[in-house]
Amino acid sequence: MMRFVWATLLLVLALPARADVEIQEITTPGGINAWLVEERSIPFTALEIRFRGGASLDSADKQGATGLMVSLLEEGAGDLDARAFARETESLAASFNYRLASDAVRISARFLSENRDQAVQLLRDSLIRPRFDDDAIERVRAQLLSSLRSDLKDPRAIAAKRFAAMVHGNHPYARPQDGTIETVTALTRDDIVAAHQGALARDRVYVGAVGDIGPDELSALLDDLLGELPETGAPLPGPAPVSLDGGTHVVTFDTPQSVAVFGQPGINRDDPDFFALFVLDHILGGGSFESRLMQEVREKRGLTYGVYSYLVDKDQAQLWQGSVASANDRVAQAVQVIRDEWKKLRDGGVTAEELQDAKTYLTGAYPLRFDGNGPIANIIVAMQMEGLPVDYIATRNDKVNDVTLEQVNRVAAERLDPDRLTFVVVGQPEGLDQTAD
Amino acid sequence: MLRLTAFVLALYALAFPALARDNVTSFSLDNGMDVVVIEDHRASVVVHMVWYRAGSADEPPGSSGVAHFLEHLLFRGTENLAPGEFSSTVARNGGSDNAFTSYDYTAYYQRVAADRLGLMMQMEADRMVNLKLTESDVSTEREVIIEERNQRVENDPSALFREQKNAAQYLNHRYGVPIIGWRHEMEALDQAKARAFYDRYYSPNNAILIVAGDVQPDEVRALAEKHYGPIPANPDLPERARPQEPPQMAERRMVFRDARVAQPYVSRSYLAPERDSGAQERAAALETLSEILGGGATSVLNETLQFDQKVAVFTGAYYGGTSLDDTDFSFIVVPAPGVTLEQAEAALDETLATFLETGVDSEQLERIKMQMRASQVYGRDSVESLANRYGRALTQGLTIEDVHDWPDILQSVTAKDVMAAARDLLDRRRSVTGYLMGEEVTQ
Repeated sequence: MMRFVWATLLLVLALPARADVEIQEITTPGGINAWLVEERSIPFTALEIRFRGGASLDSADKQGATGLMVSLLEEGAGDLDARAFARETESLAASFNYRLASDAVRISARFLSENRDQAVQLLRDSLIRPRFDDDAIERVRAQLLSSLRSDLKDPRAIAAKRFAAMVHGNHPYARPQDGTIETVTALTRDDIVAAHQGALARDRVYVGAVGDIGPDELSALLDDLLGELPETGAPLPGPAPVSLDGGTHVVTFDTPQSVAVFGQPGINRDDPDFFALFVLDHILGGGSFESRLMQEVREKRGLTYGVYSYLVDKDQAQLWQGSVASANDRVAQAVQVIRDEWKKLRDGGVTAEELQDAKTYLTGAYPLRFDGNGPIANIIVAMQMEGLPVDYIATRNDKVNDVTLEQVNRVAAERLDPDRLTFVVVGQPEGLDQTAD
Repeated sequence: MLRLTAFVLALYALAFPALARDNVTSFSLDNGMDVVVIEDHRASVVVHMVWYRAGSADEPPGSSGVAHFLEHLLFRGTENLAPGEFSSTVARNGGSDNAFTSYDYTAYYQRVAADRLGLMMQMEADRMVNLKLTESDVSTEREVIIEERNQRVENDPSALFREQKNAAQYLNHRYGVPIIGWRHEMEALDQAKARAFYDRYYSPNNAILIVAGDVQPDEVRALAEKHYGPIPANPDLPERARPQEPPQMAERRMVFRDARVAQPYVSRSYLAPERDSGAQERAAALETLSEILGGGATSVLNETLQFDQKVAVFTGAYYGGTSLDDTDFSFIVVPAPGVTLEQAEAALDETLATFLETGVDSEQLERIKMQMRASQVYGRDSVESLANRYGRALTQGLTIEDVHDWPDILQSVTAKDVMAAARDLLDRRRSVTGYLMGEEVTQ
C-alpha cells in the first residue's frame, strides 16, 4: 500500500506544475531568436532580455564602465532627458529594470497590453539611443561611488571581493563588477559609449517573453526593439583561472560577527556528473533546513542563523561556494564543523534515504518556481543562455531522479576536495587557524 | 538609476490594490478561525498560511523578542512531530516552508503541490496546540536567534540606527522595541516565557488561515473543518489593547555614530495615523502623499534634491499604512559629496515647505493613479503576495471588505485630500530626526 502511494506521489510531482508552460521558439525575420510562453489570463507581458558579457567585458583600468553604462540606460534616451523618460515610463505604468551581472546585462521589462507599443518604443530608445548626458553621468556616478564607499565597510562585500581577487588571478572575474572608486572616478563619456557599443549587440542577445502576446506580435516587436543594435559586440573573455589554496584567510574588520565565504572547484553544467553533484550539493548545504551544514552548524550547535552551499556556474569558471556568519568567538568552531562535514561527506557519502529525500524535494520544488510570468520569463531566458533544449523543463526532473546512490557517492569521493576548500573570513575571529598572506 | 537599497528605511508593506473580488472567498469555522481562499488555477501549486494576531508589539514588557523566538521554536517539535520533522516532512513532499514575525503578526507558510494541502493543515493544526520542547533545543535555538540579531542588526550600523530611531519615535508603544528583541532581553528568554506567549495567543480564534492557489473553496472548507475544526477556541484570549502612543509635544533629535558608516544620511519620521477599518480615506491620502514626495524618479524630493539642487544621491518617502496602531511616515536623504547632513536636512525642510505652498502637480497625481491601477493587473501575477496582502490586513485591524475597497479609495484621492493630509502630518513637533554618521575625525 505504502509503496503504491509513494509511486503515485513521484509521478504527480515529476510533472511540471504548469501544464501550459508551452514554449514556442521564434526566429524573427530580422534573425533574432526568442522563446515565448503565451499566457493570456492577465493583460500584461514580462519580457526578459539578456546580453552575454556584462561586467566581464570591462578591462582592468575601465572596470565599472559597463555597470555605469547600464545604470544610465534609463537616464535619458532619444528625445527625452532623464526626467522626461521617467515621466513617460510612469505614465504608462511600465517598468524597466536594467542590471549588471558578471556574465550578462539583464533587462527585465513589464508592460500592460493596453499601451504596449508606447512602452516598447521607450524601451527601444533606452537600448538603442541612450543619451548619456553629462549631468546624468555625474549624478549616477555619484550614486555608484556612494555605493562603492559603502561596500568598503560592508563585511559581506569585503569577503566577496577578497575571495574573487584571490581565486581568479588577472581575469575580469577577479575584479569587483561595479569597479573601484578609482576606476569609476576616471571613466569618461567615451568609455561609457564604448561600453554600450561593446555590450549590447545582436550576436549575444537572448530573449524570453511570457504573457499576453502571440508569436507574430512578439516577432515584430523584437525586430523593432533590437533590430538596430550593432551586429557584433566586444570579444568575450577566455576561461578564468580557479586558484584555491585550501587556506583560511582573514581580513580584519571591527564588527561583532565574522562573515565567511568559502569555496572549492565546481562543475560545468554539461558535465555528465552535473546532476549528481547538484543533488550532492543539496544534501550538503543547498538552502534547505535539512542540509547537513544547516543541521550541524545551526540546528545542533546554534552557531549561525544560516549556512549555505551552492554551485556557481559562470561562463568562464565553475565554483562550489558557500557562506556562513558567526560571532567572532564562535566562527572558528563554525569553520571547523564545515571542514569536518566536507571530509565526512567525501569519505562516507550519502545514505539511500538522504538521496531519496533530496530527489523528492528537488523534483517537487522545481514546478514551484514557475509561479508567475516574470519568474517564467527568467527561467526560459536562462535556459537559452545555458544552451538547454526547449524540452528541458519536461525532462529535468527525470535527470534528477536518474541519479543513483553509486553515482552520487562516486562523485562525492571524486569531487569534494577538502584540501582545496578555501575560506575568507572578515571580522575579528578568535582562535582561528589562519593562513599567512 | 541606481537602487541604493542599503538606505531604504524599512520594508513597509506595500499597499497594492486588491484582486478582483470574485477570486476570493472567506468564511469562519465554528471555533472562530477565519479562512480566506484565493483561487489561482494557472499552476497546480498551493500556498498554505496560518497568521496569528500576535506579534512583537503584543509581548509583555521585559520579554522582547519572545514572539519571534516562539516562531523559531515552533519548528522544534510537538507531541506528534520530532524536532525538525515539520520542515523535513514538507521537504519530503517536495515543498518549502518558513515563517515570519512582525510587530502585529506571526505567520507560518508552506508552498507545495496542491494535493498536499491536507497534510500541511494536519501538521500546522498540530503545532497550534501541541508544542513540546526540550531545554537543550530551547537553548540552542536562543543561540540561533542571537546570531540572527548579530547578522541583521549588530553587523549593520544602519540597522542599529533604525532601532535607536524607532525607540525615540515611540515613547509608549511597543513599536519602539525591535521585533527581534533587545539583546539583553533575548539572552534571558526561556521556555517558560515562550510557553506563556504560546498559551496566550496561539488558538484558532486568534488565527487566520489563508490558502491560495489551485484549490476550490469547498475543498478548503472540508479540509479546514477536519484539521483545524476540532481545536477548541481559547475563551481567555485577551482583547488586543496595547499601550498607545501619547501625543508628541516636542521634536526629538538624535545622532548615531559608528566607524562602519561609509555613507552618512539623515532620516526624518512623523507619527501618522494608520489604515482604519471602514475609514481608510486619510491613509489613502497619506499613501498618495508618500508617492508624490518620495515614491519614484519623478517624486518631488527626487526632482528637487537630486535633479535641481544636486544635493542628494538618494531620497525616499515611506508610509507604513497597514498597521494596527499609529504608525510613521518617514523621509530619507542621502547627501551628495561635500553636502553636510545639516544642509541635506535644510534642503528637505525647504522642499516640504515649498510643496505645502505650491501643492500637488495634477499630472504627477494622474501618473501615480495610473500606476496604482496597473498594480492591480501586475499584482495578479503573484498569488503569494496576494495571500500576504490579506494576511497583513486581517491581522492589522482590517477586513476583507477593506482590502477590496482600498483600490477605489486610492483612486478617489484628490489633490485637496493630499494637501490636507500633508498639512496635518508635517509638523516638526511630531517628528524624530536622526543623523547616521561615521566616527568623528579628530586631528
